[in-house]
Formats: sequence, C-alpha cells, structure tokens
Amino acid sequence: MYYKSPAYKVFNGINVAVLVVLALLCVIPLIHVLAVSLSAKSAADANIVGLWPVDFTLEAYKKTTNNPVFLSSMWIAVQRTVIGTALTLLLAFLAAYPLSKETSAFRGRNVYAWLFVFTMLFNGGLVPFYMVIQRLGLMDSFWVLVLPGAVNVFLTILMLNFFRGIPKELEEASLIDGAGHFRTLFSIYLPVSLPAIATISLFSMVFHWNSWFDGLLYIGDPSRYPLATFLQTVIIQRDMSSMSLSPAEMALISQKTVKSAQIFIGALPILMVYPLLQRFFVKGLVMGSVKE
Amino acid sequence: MEQTQTSSTAVDRGRGAGASRPRRRSIVADIVRQWPFHIMVLPALVFLILFAYLPMGGLVMAFQDFKPWLGISGSEWVGLDQFRYLFEREDSLQVIWNTLVIAVFKMALNLLAPFVFAILLNEVRKQLLKRFVQTLVYLPHFLSWVILGGILTDLLSTEGGLVNRVLTGVFGMEPIFFLGQGDWFRFTVIVSDVWKEFGFGTVVFLAALAGINPSLYEAAEVDGANRWKQTLHITIPAMLPIAIVVGTLALGNVLNAGFDQIFNLYNPLVYAKGDIIDTFVYRAAIISGEMGFGTAIGLFKSVISFILVVISYRMAYKLANYRIF
Repeated sequence: MYYKSPAYKVFNGINVAVLVVLALLCVIPLIHVLAVSLSAKSAADANIVGLWPVDFTLEAYKKTTNNPVFLSSMWIAVQRTVIGTALTLLLAFLAAYPLSKETSAFRGRNVYAWLFVFTMLFNGGLVPFYMVIQRLGLMDSFWVLVLPGAVNVFLTILMLNFFRGIPKELEEASLIDGAGHFRTLFSIYLPVSLPAIATISLFSMVFHWNSWFDGLLYIGDPSRYPLATFLQTVIIQRDMSSMSLSPAEMALISQKTVKSAQIFIGALPILMVYPLLQRFFVKGLVMGSVKE
Repeated sequence: MEQTQTSSTAVDRGRGAGASRPRRRSIVADIVRQWPFHIMVLPALVFLILFAYLPMGGLVMAFQDFKPWLGISGSEWVGLDQFRYLFEREDSLQVIWNTLVIAVFKMALNLLAPFVFAILLNEVRKQLLKRFVQTLVYLPHFLSWVILGGILTDLLSTEGGLVNRVLTGVFGMEPIFFLGQGDWFRFTVIVSDVWKEFGFGTVVFLAALAGINPSLYEAAEVDGANRWKQTLHITIPAMLPIAIVVGTLALGNVLNAGFDQIFNLYNPLVYAKGDIIDTFVYRAAIISGEMGFGTAIGLFKSVISFILVVISYRMAYKLANYRIF
C-alpha cells in the first residue's frame, strides 16, 4: 500500500505537523485573550502574558459583571437572540411548507418563490434601508433588532429543502384522515423536522448574538445597545464619551484585562453551543443537496 | 388568425368542461381552494415587502439631491449627476479599486486554501487527529468580527502585541505596523479573512472527498500509481466540479470586501488603501449626510453584484449542473 512507502511516511509526518500547527493557530488568539483576562493588571499592562495567565486572578471578571451597562447590554442581547430566533423560525417554518409544494399543488408558488429569492440577489443598500427604518418609527426601539431580519431567506430555503425530503405519503395520509394543511404542518411535519429546526435555530442564534451593526446604526442610546454593539464601541471604537460614565468607570472599562474579559464573555455563548453547531451545520449545509 | 384563436379556446373550454378532472381552474378558484398556503406565506411576505422591497423603492434617491427634510417627493431630481460625481471623485474611484483588490484576493485564496487543506486533511488516517483538527479550524467562522477585531488589534499591536513580540523577540525583526500602514493593512485583512474562513470552507470539499469511490484508488494502486499520482488523477478531478461551483458562486462578491471586518479593523491612517465601498457609503451617508450620493454608490454596487450573481448561477448550472433550489 502507498502509505507504507518511506517517502509517504516522511510526507505524512510533515503533513500532520503542518495541520496541527494550522489548527492551533485558529484557537491561539482566543487562548491568549483568556490568559490576559485571567492575569493581574500589572502583568497584562507589561505585555508579558502569553498563553498562560500570569498571577492568576478573577478580578477582571468581577469588575465586568459588576458593570451595570455591560449586564444590561447582555440582557438585551439575550432577549433579541431568543425572540429573534423564535420569530425567524416561525416565519421560515410557515413559509417553507407551501413553498415546498409543486406548482400543480400550489398555484402561484413560483411567483412567491421568486419574490423570496430576489431579495437575496438584490437589495436597496444601506441608505434606503435606513430611511425605511426611520419612516416605520423603529428608530431607538428594541424591535429594530428583531423585525428587519425576521425573514431569513437562506434559512427558509434550508427548511424548504428539508420538507422536500419528507415522504409525500405522510402528507397524503394526514390529508385523507381529514386534517387540514395547518394541522398537517404542526402535527405531522413539526415532529419530523426537529433536526432541521435545531439547525436553523443554531444558525439564527449565532447570527443574532453576533449582530452589532444594527444596534450601532439604529439605536441612539448606548445604554440600550445589545452586547455585540456595546463591545464594538468599547473595544473597537474606544469611544465611551456617549456613555455618560464617570472617569473611574471609564478607566475601568478600558483596562486591558477587563477588555479581554469582555471579549471572552462575548464569545462564550458561541463556544458553548459550538459542539452542537459543529454537529448540525455540516448537516445543514448538505441538507439541501438531495433533490428530486 | 382570429379563427385559430377562437377554435383553440373552444378546444380548451371543451376539455375543461368535458374531462372529469379539469386541467386548469380559474385563478380565483385555486386561491379559494388553496387558501391555507397563501395564509402561510403571507406573514413572511409582509416582512419582505417592508424590509426588502420598500427599501428598493427608496433607490430613486440615487437620482435625487436628497434632503431628509424635503423627503423623496420634495427633493430635487438630478438625473445621473450623483453617478457622474461618483466617477469623478478621486476618493470614490480609489475606494472601488480598494474593494476590488481586497475582494479578488479574498475570493481566490478562500477557494484555494480550503481546497488544499481538505486534500491534506484527507490524508490523515487517524480519525481522532482528523476530528481534532476539524474541531479547531471551524471555530473562527462562528465568531463575529467585533470579537475577532478586538483580538486582532490587540495581537497585532506594535506596543507589545503578541505577534510583534514574537517577530522581534524570536526572529529579531523590526515591529510591523499591521493595521497602521496601507499595504500591510490590505495584507492583514486578506490573511485574517482566510484564517477565519478556510476551515469552514473545507466542509464542502471534505464531503466531495468522502464521495469518491475507493475502488478508483485500489485500481490506481494496482497499476502502480503512487499517492501523488493518485491525488493528481483521481482526487483533484473528483473535486473540480464542486470547486467550480464554489468559485463561480463567489463571483457575486467581487464588490463585497467585507464590511464587518474592515469597519472593525480600519482607522484613518489606512483609508487610502483600506477603505471599501461599504465603509465609504457608511461614512458618506450616515456620518456626513450625503444621502443621495450614498444611495447612488449603493445602487452601483447592488446592480453590479446582481448581474454577477445571475451570471455566476447560470455558469454554475451550465458547468456543474448546480441549482440552489
């Protein structure tokens, strides 16, 4: 066999080494942030922290969790993630069912399908979108974080393709037994679609947790930012002038260890669902690939 | 002419009335019969009209000297002036060029890196090691550019950032201004994007690799082909169709250089080489209030992207028989 040849063994050794190094490069930045967040302030400021905490302390996390602005932005992020995901899921679930039908069963299906897909291909761009949000009176409202992105066409298509894979006999049997389409959708399709629903929920949760630009653009009062937007202003823009903080609070937030702790807490929910994500997203990506 | 038309309608009508199952009912009858379907699509459709189609209507602002206090109906129409202005202003031309350079490099490397990485990973026969590598390389894809931007600015800092500490301490080099010097900024943006996405990009290629029939390799083995020859003549040809799909579908991103990433990494020092269309629109329209101009650039970008996406989907369908839905 080829893998017994000496030349291949040499290649294999080098290959494994390269792959492991590349893999480690993907997590080292995060480990560094974690190490800084767990180090003493003096060590972090002296830039001597590498991948292991120096003078281990939980001080930065205590300070972060004592900051009311941080906590409230986290609460807003949780709310938008839960409500936004639920809404996206409901809309995708409802719309995908009729759209998964053939034109012979649902007249007008293609018109609707194109109305959905066209929004993926073309958009009005930032400025008109901004104007619409303003006109609808959504500025500064919590709902601006949830409603504009409520229909996710990509996830709707994933759902649609999953529905296509469900044997038609299930639907036929249900309809013959006298159930309507709503009943069929919620009593028959819902239970068998749980893997697809889990996948879509995960995608949507990650999207909502990571979204920051809408908060920055449409919410004027920084105390009502979701966590990602809060982090964007504190860590990237380093602009806390609008936050009406005392100088002491300001110094505290901009401290290196505290910043690192904030970054790590921001990434933590993603890291927590990551094992699930990894299992489902591969499935999700290939979910649409089986077609009739 | 009239004769045939009448007769054909007559035939249709005859068929409709005569056959036990009518071929086509009237639209109204179908809507009445299929009402649950329409009700189910309706909520999502309302959202799309509000947040996708209404903004498209707002694109008329691109042909106006838009003033917020006058509104769309009251603002002055200026025809194509905004577009002329767009191609006359030196900064906007530079921004379009920056976008192209960054986006094209990203597209090419984001195709090549996962392609090679998947082949190399496929050579690993210890499943545990393979899983370990996969688990780590997928991770950055799921983190936002706010988080990664925060981490990168810290890592790449010239004042004690980890990367520059390694460069000066281990390799004895001068510290590099990764985020403060134009060319290095472009380099950093491209490399960090590839770093974030290459793992995720391997997923589709690994699926293609898993689908290769093992008997092909066995036959090649019998014929005396070594692993390099097998890779060249079996593995790579088997991956080409999916690579073509991925590559063509990415074409629509030619003007998408990655707003989230640039916005979270750039600063005025690197505007000359790092400013892209999306960040430029944001500053022109939202910060400086040039609404009409901002809309015009947005429209320019949307139209080009739309054309490219349509072409690329057609190409993907022709070359690799791929359809999205």
